[in-house]
Amino acid sequence: MSAPFLYGAAGIILFALGLWSLLVHGPLLRRLIALNVMGGGVFHILIAVAYRGDAQAPDPVPHALVLTGIVVAVSATALALALGRRLDSGDGDD
Amino acid sequence: MDWIDWLSAVLVALGALFFIAGTVGLLRLPDLFSRLHALTKADNLGLGLIMLGVLPQVGGPLQGLKLLMIWLLVLLAGATGAHLIAKRALRGDGEDMFE
Amino acid sequence: MIYDLWLLIFDLVLLGTLLALAVAALSSPEPRRAVMLFIAFGLWLSLVWARLRAPDVALAEAAIGAGLGGALMLAAARRQAREAQQGQALAVERPSPLAVWGLAFGSLIAAAALLWVYYSTLHGGPEPERLADLALARVPESGVTNPVTSVLLNYRAYDTLLELGVLMTALLGIWSLGRASAPFQPAGPALTAMVAWVVPLLILTAGYMLWIGASAPGGAFQAGALLGAAGVILRLAGDPAAGLPGETAQRWLVSLGVAVFALVGLALMVAGLGFLTYPPDQAKWLILAVESAATVAIGATLAAAYVGGRRA
Repeated sequence: MSAPFLYGAAGIILFALGLWSLLVHGPLLRRLIALNVMGGGVFHILIAVAYRGDAQAPDPVPHALVLTGIVVAVSATALALALGRRLDSGDGDD
Repeated sequence: MDWIDWLSAVLVALGALFFIAGTVGLLRLPDLFSRLHALTKADNLGLGLIMLGVLPQVGGPLQGLKLLMIWLLVLLAGATGAHLIAKRALRGDGEDMFE
Repeated sequence: MIYDLWLLIFDLVLLGTLLALAVAALSSPEPRRAVMLFIAFGLWLSLVWARLRAPDVALAEAAIGAGLGGALMLAAARRQAREAQQGQALAVERPSPLAVWGLAFGSLIAAAALLWVYYSTLHGGPEPERLADLALARVPESGVTNPVTSVLLNYRAYDTLLELGVLMTALLGIWSLGRASAPFQPAGPALTAMVAWVVPLLILTAGYMLWIGASAPGGAFQAGALLGAAGVILRLAGDPAAGLPGETAQRWLVSLGVAVFALVGLALMVAGLGFLTYPPDQAKWLILAVESAATVAIGATLAAAYVGGRRA
């Protein structure tokens, strides 16, 4: 039971919880929250793998990957919300 | 642990106690306004005590100044937020407020 | 890794709260409550990452993930709650209990499989040579001393260029989907006073983050997120443009990040070094130039994304 395993396991559980919510719930906003929780789980696994304890410096490559991932996730959420708003306003044409 | 560390631990524990008090107030008080009151007062004081507890542990006066600024900014944001929530609840602008 | 008992208890409390917040956010049917719990989950995630010695990423998650993501979703949740109250909401089909439990069981199987794979990866076989050692060894040559910044803007600069492109593309999508929603009402005296203090402070802190990112946690993304947050506050206080200039100027600002990055890469290619291959003695200034342009672009893009469409 080491720190990377504990934190990585939490990340996997977050991913599974988000996956279940994504598949079960209908409204767009709940699916976006589920998607973001899944993303948070994946980032968490990466950060857990990069942790080396207090003695060594942490691994910087997964940190950079997660930084990129956070920005991409928020961009996708913004675009999905705009799409949802446009769909709801329903201009009448398919 | 010398006496500075004990002082820090006691102050941080007191701050945590105030946070617990604020949270209990949030959960148990009946009215929006009394909940707002409990939340802002207790949490600001709690954060101030935690900051005082951490202050002896930082590296230099510049970091201590940064901690003080963080507390002041949280105070500012908390006060403005509470004011806006209370104003909206009082004026009853249409959205359900008292659920 | 030897695990101290107190540290284990601390970690279990941290992770237990994280999972509890996630479950609460995912299972709440009321949209505004779900979004607020999601913001709390994002902030707690940032705290856990700070414990795992990832301060750059914790800063970015708190500002961009929880802050801006939560603000974007809160606007949608408000609209949804208002529609539900006025009875305009479309009836949502509830999935059958069989589907719910079947999918839960399936997710459990998937989680168990992933856990088993993860455990055997961590504990099976000898440790190969980690990429981290190679990366950390050459950080002094990369122009900056913060390892995460050197990975983002030197070793993997191409990925960061494409990420700025993704950000710009999402904004182009948002702009092509219609007009922005109605602005908020003009701010009263309390909010005006707070904005007068906080927005200049945010701009100053963004500049500080940009500069300090070379040697301490910080960098272009965190600085850009602070500028975006300043734009969000201005829009919440009643400014319909979120502090941004007119549409033509916005197009220039938003494309500035990708443009400067690509031009630097092309100039280096023309000089014979290869695309985005910095010469070690000029690397610091090139990285600073690219980061400054990226900060402005990220701030403008995030504020424009919060506005949510073209100006009416």
